[in-house]
Amino acid sequence: MRESGTGRLPVVVGPPHRLRDEPSLSGTVMDDLLADFLTETNEGLAALDGALLKLEKAPNDRQTLSEIFRNVHTIKGTCGFLGLSRLEKVAHAAENVLGRYRDGTLPVTPEGITLILSALDGLKNIVAGLEGTGSEPPGNDGPLIAALDAAWRGGAAPSGPAGDGAEAGGSPAEDAAPAEALFQVSPEPTAVAPAPPVPARPEEAEGPATALAAASVSAQGGGPITPAQTIRVSVDVLEDLMTLVSELVLTRNQLLQLVRARGDAALTVPLQRLSHITSELQEGVMKTRMQPIGNAWQKLPRIVRDLANELGKKIELVMKGADTELDRQVLELIKDPLTHMVRNSGDHGLENPEQRRAAGKPELGRITLNAYHEGGHIIIEIGDDGRGLSVEKIKAKVLSQGLTNEAELAGMSEREIQHFIFRAGFSTAAAVTSVSGRGVGMDVVKTNVEKIGGTIELRSVEGKGTTFFIKIPLTLAIVSALIVEAGGERFAVPQIGVVELVRAGGSAEGAQIERIHDTPVMRLRDRLLPLVSLSRLLQLDQRPEEAGKEEGFVIVTQVGGNVFGIIVDKVFDTEEIVVKPVAPILRHVTMFSGNTILGDGSVIMILDPNGIARATGVGADGPVDEAVQASNLGRGTRSGERTALLLFSAGDGTPKAVPLGLVARLEDLPAESIEHSGGKFLVQYRGKLMPLVPMSGHWAPPAPGRRQAVLVFNDRDRAMGLMVDAILDVVEECLNIEGASEQPGFLGSSVICGKVTDVIDCSWWLHQAGDDWFRQRQEMSPPRVLLVEDSAFFRHLLVPGLGAVGYAVTAVNSAAEALRLREQGAAFDVIVSDIEMPDLDGLGLARAVRLEGPWRGVPMIALSGRMDNERLQQALAAGFNTALGKSDREALLASLGDCLSAQTLA
Amino acid sequence: MQTTIQATAAATAARPGTALMSDSAAQMYLTLTVAGQLCGVPVLAVRDIMAAPSITRVPLAPPEVAGSLNLRGRIVTAIDLRRRLGLPMREAGAPPPMSVVVEQGGELYSLLSDAVGEVVPLKSEGFAGNPPTLDTVWRDISHGVHRQDGQLLIVLDVDRILAID
Repeated sequence: MRESGTGRLPVVVGPPHRLRDEPSLSGTVMDDLLADFLTETNEGLAALDGALLKLEKAPNDRQTLSEIFRNVHTIKGTCGFLGLSRLEKVAHAAENVLGRYRDGTLPVTPEGITLILSALDGLKNIVAGLEGTGSEPPGNDGPLIAALDAAWRGGAAPSGPAGDGAEAGGSPAEDAAPAEALFQVSPEPTAVAPAPPVPARPEEAEGPATALAAASVSAQGGGPITPAQTIRVSVDVLEDLMTLVSELVLTRNQLLQLVRARGDAALTVPLQRLSHITSELQEGVMKTRMQPIGNAWQKLPRIVRDLANELGKKIELVMKGADTELDRQVLELIKDPLTHMVRNSGDHGLENPEQRRAAGKPELGRITLNAYHEGGHIIIEIGDDGRGLSVEKIKAKVLSQGLTNEAELAGMSEREIQHFIFRAGFSTAAAVTSVSGRGVGMDVVKTNVEKIGGTIELRSVEGKGTTFFIKIPLTLAIVSALIVEAGGERFAVPQIGVVELVRAGGSAEGAQIERIHDTPVMRLRDRLLPLVSLSRLLQLDQRPEEAGKEEGFVIVTQVGGNVFGIIVDKVFDTEEIVVKPVAPILRHVTMFSGNTILGDGSVIMILDPNGIARATGVGADGPVDEAVQASNLGRGTRSGERTALLLFSAGDGTPKAVPLGLVARLEDLPAESIEHSGGKFLVQYRGKLMPLVPMSGHWAPPAPGRRQAVLVFNDRDRAMGLMVDAILDVVEECLNIEGASEQPGFLGSSVICGKVTDVIDCSWWLHQAGDDWFRQRQEMSPPRVLLVEDSAFFRHLLVPGLGAVGYAVTAVNSAAEALRLREQGAAFDVIVSDIEMPDLDGLGLARAVRLEGPWRGVPMIALSGRMDNERLQQALAAGFNTALGKSDREALLASLGDCLSAQTLA
Repeated sequence: MQTTIQATAAATAARPGTALMSDSAAQMYLTLTVAGQLCGVPVLAVRDIMAAPSITRVPLAPPEVAGSLNLRGRIVTAIDLRRRLGLPMREAGAPPPMSVVVEQGGELYSLLSDAVGEVVPLKSEGFAGNPPTLDTVWRDISHGVHRQDGQLLIVLDVDRILAID
């Protein structure tokens, strides 16, 4: 009602409007409207009281008069909209009188004011009834309206239409009272014209209203409508409160530290209380700043509608989680990027109806917005089911814009290439439309999101659509930060970016900081983590004796999809900090996002992981998070995944490892059972003769009475035993084989449980047992190799084998599974498939792959247990590029190399 | 440890950092010493004086910026006047610098000086423009020179001091 002053944003404080438990769905909107109306009307009526009194004192104050008129008019208008006829009639009658005052055709008199005031009282009573029951209380306002109408006519000749007070039509004031008295709610018969007719005094109104409320409860199961218990507060007041609370939090922290240091028990209890109250206060004030994200989405349906018309597309906008709340400040900052991204989705993402029909999709394209909480963050997804990002187009664009070169591009994964869209000056839209395509898009979005400590990710499948994920902190005001020390200075690292904390050096078992030339790196589980030294980055003095020392902590940080480590000397504690902007003369130092005052009163700089990433080049959209990709692609064994490994010793002191999945059984054979025949060792095992192969060259049969440990490998009806010295352990580790081994029988070495371990090459050992072993089938794949092989044995054999020479292998056990991966959008550089497989065999798979889809151009290598010319011809006819015998590891590696180099050239 | 100069209502009204030289009445100045040179800043521009504040270094900041310090919950950026003027560093063992806190554009800055003197009235009669031979670094940040008890006092221009590229 009252116009809020300029510079004030309406912020609603307090509980949500409805206190009803289960508003019916259709009623919700109405209830909300009504609640809003009640709040505003009560405010308006209160203001009117004061204004009328002012008018009485200064009858010629035009401004006050217009204000009163406007207020009453607004009430009337809203009543009509909400179908509140009683209120409307009273307000209308009062407005008529006020209208004449305003026009100057009727002098303002104290009597007149009294009359208007009584009309206001009448309105208040009805509003009170409305609050109690949700509907207008019954009653008759005839006398009041009649009195108002009489005043309206005043001395002037009655002209124009009669007021719509139903009874008041043309009745003179004197007639009004007797005519309507019988309908009055209040027992008072009273009120002839000159006296202010009061329909009901508040106390009396209470009675019927309450009764009615009860009735309506039983009738429709609804409760009384509680008016929105809200007040409007200037945002400035809230901001000030927030600042004060922030300071309070800091002071509390300071006190806590002091008391902890002194150990004064007397202070502990009151301090704890203070601490709790502070936390609650903080939460409370934070809540006042929260607004549903739907507020930022309000304009989007319209934008999408216009966009659809302009572009001739059919677009449906789906919004989920609109009531997810986030900090006002964050909301403001995220609004524009969101609008931008929705436009992008509509313009670039979605195809036009013809293209969609051609692609077998419904004509109606869909843009989905979804917001939800996850941890201490809000995730906002902006997705479309459009054409997805075309890696080829991006590549071409990137090259033409000189953002990178062919060589670098060749080494990039699909995801890295997709991330180019976040680079400045990049736009794939062939034409600049009025909507987008100017290349000032995603990089701005990314910058804005990062500015508020957020991150942006994307997932896109060509032909299926693109989804962006924006992760932003709940609030900007207070963040949790890790306090670290480097080069003798302390810094705060916001926890949002911290993935984990690793202690480097120290014990021999822990992760070590290593150097490639001068660049520090760390092998953390399955990945090589780039490291930056904070003291070096910030040019803090490093004491000479420390320069060579590789100890300290590594803060593993994630910025976008990039993970890197920051080396610091010490890690202290986490603390809640209030981020304050740095002074203007320090703004150019991008390593810091702000500064703050710690509990001990000292000033500390807050590190900006985004800035660090940019400064070190890590942020230029780097390595792919394999784990994420693997999980996206669903099943399939990746060489990067953790594998159960069997550790054993044989011959020398170096532990040996073999994937546990390869080993069928572990046997402990009595020495007597081992037989010797034709230069080979054999054992009668499960009714068959099983060849035994000693692991070490100078193996001697165990003395009678001793036992021999044997690893039994098994495939189909064959089995062989590998004789080892002792079984050590079974561990789960990422099998990261480094440096292919020169020594026959070994794939290479891997660090397992902190020790260098030789990983054995099973195929080589199987050869030792007899050549017939490889009659089976087997298959595999390269840099990204898809291995289609129904024999689990060969899968286990080839995944680590190829992993050792640098291929990322995804293994599936049937052609159908492989085709499913194609459906899911997985991409491979080479497909290696067994020919002999149940159901759809390798030849069938090749035909399916060559027929259609994204894999059409992917080189395929066929493997077969028995390779002859006829097989080869069949394989080539089916679409394989080449075909090999299964046992030929060398040939396979050579073929993979050929396929890949051929592909790169093309 | 902190000596607070009462910031009067007038202080907030005055444009900080600007000496009103045209006024014929005596202006109040706070005197301070940098490497033996007597200087003055308009007292109305001064928010606070702190002795030996604990300063946090800000890596990668311009060399003139000594760091940040905490003034009753507000973060103050400290400018070392010696470094700003290209003078040699304080010798080891010298008393810690005094911090004269001034405000500019809603931000607080501290001017680190060797010693803080007193608040003195300076009459406009004693004022003279910068001698042309004055070192350019000094001339850059000086409004002019005052004769004071037989000593020359350089009137510092706070805005110029804070204009660090």
